[in-house]
Amino acid sequence: MDGLVGFFQNMVHSFSDAIFLSLIKEDRFQYLIQGLGMSLKLTLIAAVVGVILGLLLAVAKLQDVDNLTGNWFVVGLRRWLAGFANGYISVIRGTPAVVQLMIIYFVVFSRLLSNVPLLNMLSDWQIAGIAFGINSAAYVAEIIRAGIMAVDKGQTEAGRSLGLSGGATMLHIVIPQAVKNVLPALGNEFIVLLKETSVAGYIGIADLTKGAQSVGSITYDYMVPLLCAAFVYFLMTTVLSTGISKLERRLRRSD
Amino acid sequence: MIEVQNLHKYFGELEVLKGIDATIEKGECVCVIGPSGGGKSTFLRCINLLEIPTKGDILIEGISAMQNLKQLDKLRQKVGMVFQQFNLFPHMTVLQNITLAPVRLKKLTKPEAADKAMELLNRVGLADKAGEYPNRLSGGQKQRVAIARALAMDPDVLLFDEPTSALDPEMVGEVLEVMKQLALNHATMVVVTHEMGFAREVGDRIFFIDGGIVSEQGTPADIFLHPQNPRTQEFLSKVL
Repeated sequence: MDGLVGFFQNMVHSFSDAIFLSLIKEDRFQYLIQGLGMSLKLTLIAAVVGVILGLLLAVAKLQDVDNLTGNWFVVGLRRWLAGFANGYISVIRGTPAVVQLMIIYFVVFSRLLSNVPLLNMLSDWQIAGIAFGINSAAYVAEIIRAGIMAVDKGQTEAGRSLGLSGGATMLHIVIPQAVKNVLPALGNEFIVLLKETSVAGYIGIADLTKGAQSVGSITYDYMVPLLCAAFVYFLMTTVLSTGISKLERRLRRSD
Repeated sequence: MIEVQNLHKYFGELEVLKGIDATIEKGECVCVIGPSGGGKSTFLRCINLLEIPTKGDILIEGISAMQNLKQLDKLRQKVGMVFQQFNLFPHMTVLQNITLAPVRLKKLTKPEAADKAMELLNRVGLADKAGEYPNRLSGGQKQRVAIARALAMDPDVLLFDEPTSALDPEMVGEVLEVMKQLALNHATMVVVTHEMGFAREVGDRIFFIDGGIVSEQGTPADIFLHPQNPRTQEFLSKVL
């Protein structure tokens, strides 16, 4: 009996010791707090870059390349854009995000663009955010494309039959309906993105994961900081997915 | 009003329309009948250029569509279309469905368009549904809204692509009644339909389209009582 109580007392003691050592002593929780701030900043930049770039890629890829009208220059340009979008999406989806991050940081920005004004003023974390955005854009493009293609063809025909242009039909009729198709998958993509930023440490950025690692390397105890980091990620993704499903429910009110 | 000249349409290798010549006069209701797969819908969809003819031309009020492929949006404003599947915009109310095109295309201001929409809804007997979303309407009501939406652009001609084929039987009558009223008011109409009773009663002329050509045309009396073409005779003996 005494043995069992002692065992639990010991465990509680060593656990509280570990928490003290990992989080409280010398304000080590700051590694995690600041790391979290960095992870959120990276996610935000990546989400903005990803959605804008993804939308452009989706539009480029959605063109009906076999039925283009216009002069040879416009047709050629649009063909090239569609081809580029296809290639971009294949390459990004076919290679790991960490490798892309390192290539964009160590090769593209540190070497190729190191003399380009404005671009060489970007700080490391901004470059990392853009890199994650470039990665995310490929997935976002496919999500948006699928969402637009899921809108019934009759909707476009109805718009065109009233005399609306292709652009106006897209803007007022197809896109509002596509948003509803796209939203759940897009929310999912943001969740993936938040988790994906955990590899930012590879280029020396102090995000949440790197922060936890730093604490561990100081205290030689990885359990508490890593579990804390995991818990914080989980909390953030839960908040995100709850928010998305709320928004989704509001948008569904008209059907 | 509308002149169809030597209309051919291919889908890939498949020749769906094999040379159709036809004229639709102002104020006339033309009913198009014939077996499935014969090219009726394609013929109709070529008239408002949802399908671009492979060969031949469509003249709308003397304006050649094939020579004005860049101004198709303008031409389509003059040609209203009612679809088998209604194709109402689900994210807009009934009123917004009707006012969207006239307002966007600057034909009417917002209040004018709303007034006109209410007037049209009155005509199709749905003024009380103006604020509803389409998913709250029955099939027959949806189709009547779709007719009002097409009319809101003041088209010169209205095309109906099997407007009652997707409806429950008890709702067919209300839609046909609206169409009959339009015809009585001398709207120019082209109606692809399987409702032989409607074609016979309301149609001024009947086209029998089979195998990609108009194989017989004439007044309802000609076609329904004295069909000349053996294919027409065979078709009618099956459906009547």
